[in-house]
Amino acid sequence: MSVPSDLLYTKTHEWMRREGDLAVVGITHYAQDQLGEVVYVELPEVGRSAGPGEELGTLESVKAVSEFFAPAGGEVVEVNERLNDEPNLVNDDPFGGGWLVKMRIREESGLLDAAAYDRLVAEESH
Amino acid sequence: MEESGLKRTPLFDEHVAAGGKMVSFGGFEMPVQYTSILKEHTAVRTRAGLFDVSHMGEILVRGPKALDFVQKISCNDHSKMTEGRAQYTGLMYPEGTFVDDMLVHKMADDEYFLVVNAANTDKDFAYIDDLAATAEGVEVFNQSAEYAQLALQGPLATEVLAPLTETDLSAIRYYRFTRGRVFGHEAIIARTGYTGEDGFEVYVAPENAAEVWRAILAEGGPKGVIPAGLGARDTLRLEAGMCLYGNDIDRTTTPIEAGLSWIVKLDKGDFIGRDVIERQVEEGVDRKLVGFEMVDRGIARHGYAALLAPDDAEPVGLVTSGTHSPTLGKPIGMAYLPTEAAEPGREFWVSIRGQARRAVVVLLPFYSRKKKKA
Repeated sequence: MSVPSDLLYTKTHEWMRREGDLAVVGITHYAQDQLGEVVYVELPEVGRSAGPGEELGTLESVKAVSEFFAPAGGEVVEVNERLNDEPNLVNDDPFGGGWLVKMRIREESGLLDAAAYDRLVAEESH
Repeated sequence: MEESGLKRTPLFDEHVAAGGKMVSFGGFEMPVQYTSILKEHTAVRTRAGLFDVSHMGEILVRGPKALDFVQKISCNDHSKMTEGRAQYTGLMYPEGTFVDDMLVHKMADDEYFLVVNAANTDKDFAYIDDLAATAEGVEVFNQSAEYAQLALQGPLATEVLAPLTETDLSAIRYYRFTRGRVFGHEAIIARTGYTGEDGFEVYVAPENAAEVWRAILAEGGPKGVIPAGLGARDTLRLEAGMCLYGNDIDRTTTPIEAGLSWIVKLDKGDFIGRDVIERQVEEGVDRKLVGFEMVDRGIARHGYAALLAPDDAEPVGLVTSGTHSPTLGKPIGMAYLPTEAAEPGREFWVSIRGQARRAVVVLLPFYSRKKKKA
């Protein structure tokens, strides 16, 4: 399936949606499918600073643990508290209700557009 | 898309057709899940799930001295078994540790049928064959290629299997078995399993496995019975407090350390490893396998360090198995702890990705079904 065209993507399968100088961050449908059912989400503290590509938190499935990374440099201003009780949102609605964090963005580079990300996934799943 | 060197069970095509995610396990290509581990786990606890366990090994011990031989290699006492009974036991090294854990089935006074773990089959048979070579009145046969094995586990298991066999399933009590037919094919039907639910393990010839698999799913499908993979098999057995060889028990652990004293019968006579085990029973052991639940957030997994205090640098033990428990809704696990810390209610810490998280020792099992009269 093709990913939403209004988002930007990382090679580590995060997506980012700009809302002014804020950005909403999550993982893609492909990423959640690879991970399996998420049973635990570890989110960063609000106020935490991160450079692009820095680990922000982890997603635990029954069989595996996977980190997720900051798509751009900035500060975490909000985290999705719903995921504490409903970690399955990451699987059920990865681009919507399964969002992970909101960041205030300072610097951004090297992100993929939808077409480039679709190509990446096609290569990885070959 | 066959990974080089991996074996396949007779049910491989069924798994692929059912959407199974195939992974390497014990030298075989096996389904870890079809839909989701959580859904398959829940199906077994509330309805029934069907597992392909054909990768397990089968070893036949036969001859006038078969019982003597089995008594020697096993820590449990098989001398009072009648035909049609199964017993769980350890296959022992001279050090009193496990070559494997296994089920011993008494087929006849001169025939015992051992079912062993897939990953250990070749090792177990080489060990047993070597011992049998110098023993009188006994021969051993690796019959693993002659059997496929299906496990139907869950509260609906009897109801789903009954229409497919003329055998009276209600007459097979827990840990008993009989020969019969399933869907017209010769089978060993055993009321055994690795999930903590009621259920059956059915042994059939490999060429009949696919038909029996499909027949069980056709009968059970309308009742919500689904195929279940190795992922659910692991979460189910852990909830039921059952050990997994390679995780919770291995060649460095004795039954006493592993909390399996109940399969050790010292007064049955001599057996391989007996003196080490007897010493441990008399003197105690330094470490014990315990069940635990996480108190802080995070899943404790195999290999994570166990600490007595959160700032400790030195681990005192290791997590041997751990996962999120679907039934309890929290992370559970097993770990070896120093004996003095191995008491229910005692807290300890698990190092999860560099952070010490609190856990508490609990009695096993984490889950047990209400006992049904079979």
